Amino acid sequence: MYTAEREMTENVLRISNVNTRKCMKCGKCSGACPAFDKMDIHPHQFVSMVEKGDIEGLMNSKTLWSCLSCFACVERCPRNVEPAKLIEAVRLSVIRKQGENRLKADDIPVLLDDELPQQAIVSAFRKFSK
Amino acid sequence: MIFSYYPGCTLKTKAKELDEYARKSAKVLGITLEELPDWQCCGAVYPLAQDEIATRLSSVRALVSAKDVDRDLVTLCSACHHVIKRVNHDMETNEDIRTKVNNYLELDEDYRGETNVVHYLELLRDVIGFDELRKKVINPLKGKKIGAYYGCLLLRPSKTMEFDNPENPTIMEDFIRAIGGDPVIYPYRNECCGGYIALNKKELTQERCNSIVASAIEKDADMLITACPLCMYNLDINSTEQKLPVYYFTELLAEALGVK
Amino acid sequence: MQKIGVFVCWCGSNIAATVDVKAVVDAVSHEPGVVYATDYQYMCSEGGQSQIRQAIKDFGLTGIVVCSCSPRMHESTFRKTAISAGLNPYMVEIANIREQCSWIHKDREDATEKAIILARTAVAKLNLNRPLTPGESPVVKRALVIGGGIAGIQSALDIAEAGYEVDIVEKSPTIGGKMAQLDKTFPTLDCAACILTPKMVDAASNENINLYTYSEVEDVSGFVGNFTVKIRKKARSINADICSGCGVCTEKCPSRKAKDEFNMGLSNRGAIYIPFAQAIPNVPVIDREQCIKFKTGKCGLCEMNCPAGAIDFKQQDELVERQYGAIIVATGFKPISLENFDEFSYSQCPDVITSLELERIMNAAGPTKGKLLRPSDNTPPRTMVFVQCVGSRDTSGCGKTYCSKICCMYTAKHAMLIKEKYPDIDVHVFYIDVRTPGKNFDEFYRRAVEEYGVNYIKGMVGKVAERNGKLLVQGSDLLADDQIIIEADMVVLATAIEPDESARNLATMLTASIDTNDFFTEAHPKLRPVESPTAGVYLSGVCQGPKDIPETVAQASAAAAKVIGLLAKDKLRSNPCVASSNEMLCNGCSTCENVCPYGAISYVSKEIRSAGKMEVRRVAEVNEAICQGCGACTVVCPSGAMDLKGFTNKQIMAEVDAICR
Ligand SMILES: Cc1cc2nc3c(=O)[nH]c(=O)nc-3n(C[C@H](O)[C@H](O)[C@H](O)COP(=O)(O)OP(=O)(O)OC[C@H]3O[C@@H](n4cnc5c(N)ncnc54)[C@H](O)[C@@H]3O)c2cc1C
Ligand code: SF4
Ligand code: SF4
Ligand code: SF4
Ligand code: SF4
Repeated sequence: MYTAEREMTENVLRISNVNTRKCMKCGKCSGACPAFDKMDIHPHQFVSMVEKGDIEGLMNSKTLWSCLSCFACVERCPRNVEPAKLIEAVRLSVIRKQGENRLKADDIPVLLDDELPQQAIVSAFRKFSK
Repeated sequence: MIFSYYPGCTLKTKAKELDEYARKSAKVLGITLEELPDWQCCGAVYPLAQDEIATRLSSVRALVSAKDVDRDLVTLCSACHHVIKRVNHDMETNEDIRTKVNNYLELDEDYRGETNVVHYLELLRDVIGFDELRKKVINPLKGKKIGAYYGCLLLRPSKTMEFDNPENPTIMEDFIRAIGGDPVIYPYRNECCGGYIALNKKELTQERCNSIVASAIEKDADMLITACPLCMYNLDINSTEQKLPVYYFTELLAEALGVK
Repeated sequence: MQKIGVFVCWCGSNIAATVDVKAVVDAVSHEPGVVYATDYQYMCSEGGQSQIRQAIKDFGLTGIVVCSCSPRMHESTFRKTAISAGLNPYMVEIANIREQCSWIHKDREDATEKAIILARTAVAKLNLNRPLTPGESPVVKRALVIGGGIAGIQSALDIAEAGYEVDIVEKSPTIGGKMAQLDKTFPTLDCAACILTPKMVDAASNENINLYTYSEVEDVSGFVGNFTVKIRKKARSINADICSGCGVCTEKCPSRKAKDEFNMGLSNRGAIYIPFAQAIPNVPVIDREQCIKFKTGKCGLCEMNCPAGAIDFKQQDELVERQYGAIIVATGFKPISLENFDEFSYSQCPDVITSLELERIMNAAGPTKGKLLRPSDNTPPRTMVFVQCVGSRDTSGCGKTYCSKICCMYTAKHAMLIKEKYPDIDVHVFYIDVRTPGKNFDEFYRRAVEEYGVNYIKGMVGKVAERNGKLLVQGSDLLADDQIIIEADMVVLATAIEPDESARNLATMLTASIDTNDFFTEAHPKLRPVESPTAGVYLSGVCQGPKDIPETVAQASAAAAKVIGLLAKDKLRSNPCVASSNEMLCNGCSTCENVCPYGAISYVSKEIRSAGKMEVRRVAEVNEAICQGCGACTVVCPSGAMDLKGFTNKQIMAEVDAICR
């Protein structure tokens, strides 16, 4: 692994506090995930790719913007791997870079409707911007 | 009995009813909810990353503020409950986070997760008791077939939330029984409504909500109840195929107690 | 003054590569008492041993120190060497310079220094050794088997066949265990009853075998060769001697609410019942919690209808006490509770069942008379989904960390049997790995796929949800990189297994050890797999770890062979390294008696001359046959009267001094 890649992987492992080696590739996370169809890299693959150190590939993945943080994968994983934490860590690796915010204040007005609770806007901002 | 109370932002704006009915009902039940002074937004999502300290601070401030008056902290919105409960768990068990937060806050005494975080439903179940609640009901919701929608945030991850059986919860069904309604148990009651993804992937939210509502209708529900403003919004606005009325559980509670 | 020989082993390069053996020889030859020291490549080889024998003769050695591997490995070897040269075997000391030295050190200088210290420590002790002679204790020529499943039955049959008496204690009303509940068995698909019931009958009719069914072990004392066991025979409320087993009572009983355990709760039984048609003994039992007579005082229909007059509502539990030379534990297993796995909807949907429930549904004597029907509405299923590894290989705290080992094979069996009988049913199996090592096992699984067209899907199920009477099984198909939903009529969960809940309590009674999962631990995982670390206690079947019937039977016979070997002896040599009290010092305070875990200490009044006068004193006496040499008493004795032969306080202090020198 190149140094830059290794650094990225270590960073993801550190901020997620996940031990990817515990994963036994059973696929229960992907069997449970409600956003499966909207992802290109599915939860169990996400774990494997972090393990292999392919953070670059993950940073370009649709999965980052599809995960609902519903914790179904976390709840049901038989090895306590917590895939959602890895997705969060890679997502942060993207949006913490300058100019990589997915949701900008200017985008909001068109998304608003009369009923939309603040909670939705705050959460989306927290998830997709820094 | 007096409890500290954390309403959260949405309950001050779009979800005023959730809050208002909770307070009215609490009064009838002999519970005083004392709103924390100058609480701040919890951030709506729990910071999953270990190195996010700033985003944990508002929760810790609320927790410390409850600790200062030596009271349990009652929450109502599922999202606030989730965030505050998990941050509290971090403060109790995660040395690294605890040290950093305490270093930043410079409190008189370090905070170590001492405050008990109690959801309003847990208050009904564990403090008041559903049997007691049943005795106070004056308008039982007879014949109403009510589907409890739990969603994700109250239940998962169960090892931290310790709210109920994450795959087959019963607290809301017991609540419905206590206020005289008929609970409808449907398998998608703990499936995600889509949450914040409503903002960037509406079709995913719609799929989720449609399957949840369909599952409840298949089991004969007339209505759904929830504790979360975002679930309420999604189930209401983003169910595009079939529709069910959605209420905050506190509204039905107030109705049953005759204070609506 | 002793004349000591020291023999330093190279163990090939195991020791010699890290320890300078010559330096050790050099150093110890100056130790007090040492008259001879040498080194050799393999001390345990015939060449090495003959050198030792020769040296004993040539130098008139009174004791030897062998610096080699762990005493666990070769202490007994070198003791035999000593005996053959006319030396008392307890005049042999081993200095472990391999496991405790050369294997754990890298630095040659450090390792050599430590080896020298270990060697001189052994010499220091040996200087104080005295020849010891083991005592003897008689062997009770009867064995006890706890648990009457296939494991217990097989062990008992083998022991009885060798001509020894065996008692089986079985807690349920019949012997047979889980195997009696199975329909057909892999890998040959013969019917479980057809191969099990003849063995059950054999056990009942063998005059060397005595069955205590509906009974439990309540207390165990004693030691290898001579255990005393208290057995509680629970009241059946039936006089078994006159009951003819006609079963009229079971038909007349009006109480019908109890869940039938044998059918895994899929049907009901009466308060008075015989678990299944071939039960042994074929005698009913009254479940007092369900019986109307016991609850309200009224009823007694069974009593009125029993032609033999065998019903006895007043029957009491009976306690029997028996002596045994050996004990076999064969308490088996049970499937885990699925309360932590509600994502599979087991508690919510009656058509989600466990594999053991499916065995009952498939069985001709089961709740559906062998027809495959959904429990919810008694209709035949068209699509079935099996989920493997439910609760196994789970480190999240919800299930068991281990692989349950039998479920891959029985799931393939279930799938194949269903396809054989109902070719139109679609059968899907979700698996993480298919684990089928074993003779003809992988072929068996492949047959399910290739001949019967069972659809194996690599992946795990995430959720089972019921919709319009169908079960939506949502899971991942990892090879297709897809999330799929199968509309099934029935879902079968290959549920993890765990030891019987009595294991922990029983282990305490037997002073046998169990692991963190409550499986009984073997004395050595490779070399002593059917013995527990407690002498005289043996292990048979799933109580020791997950296994199928062929393995269970093999282990059962192996345990029986060990027991037969023990019972064949008339006397057992006991360990002479036991405690003894110095009656001049003992003040009769009872402290040692209270601390002895084996009850080996008693007190006697003795006339003792003290300061010229005779006086009668209460002093401790150790029963050498019972003492296990644990040394607890020597530590607590306030007057220093208790000492352990072979490990006296003086010897231990000499060792400590030698180390610290
Ligand atoms: C669904 C399923 C299908 C299977 N299919 C097959 C198959 O096709 N082929 C195959 O080879 N294997 C199969 N097996 C495995 C097989 O059942 C076991 O290998 C076998 O039953 C083990 O026998 P055992 O005597 O060790 O344990 P058990 O059968 O559990 O017997 C233990 C006995 O001890 C009794 N007992 C427990 N505690 C006490 C106590 N404290 N005092 C007195 N008595 C006690 C119990 O009541 C029981 O009678 C299957 C298992 C399952 C779950
Ligand atoms: S559920 Fe857990 S163990 Fe299984 S593939 Fe997903 S992360 Fe790995
Ligand atoms: S948290 Fe994200 S990855 Fe995990 S199940 Fe939910 S949507 Fe899927
Ligand atoms: S007395 Fe009890 S066991 Fe006998 S028939 Fe009545 S209920 Fe059944
Ligand atoms: S035997 Fe097969 S099904 Fe059972 S736990 Fe092991 S791998 Fe899973």
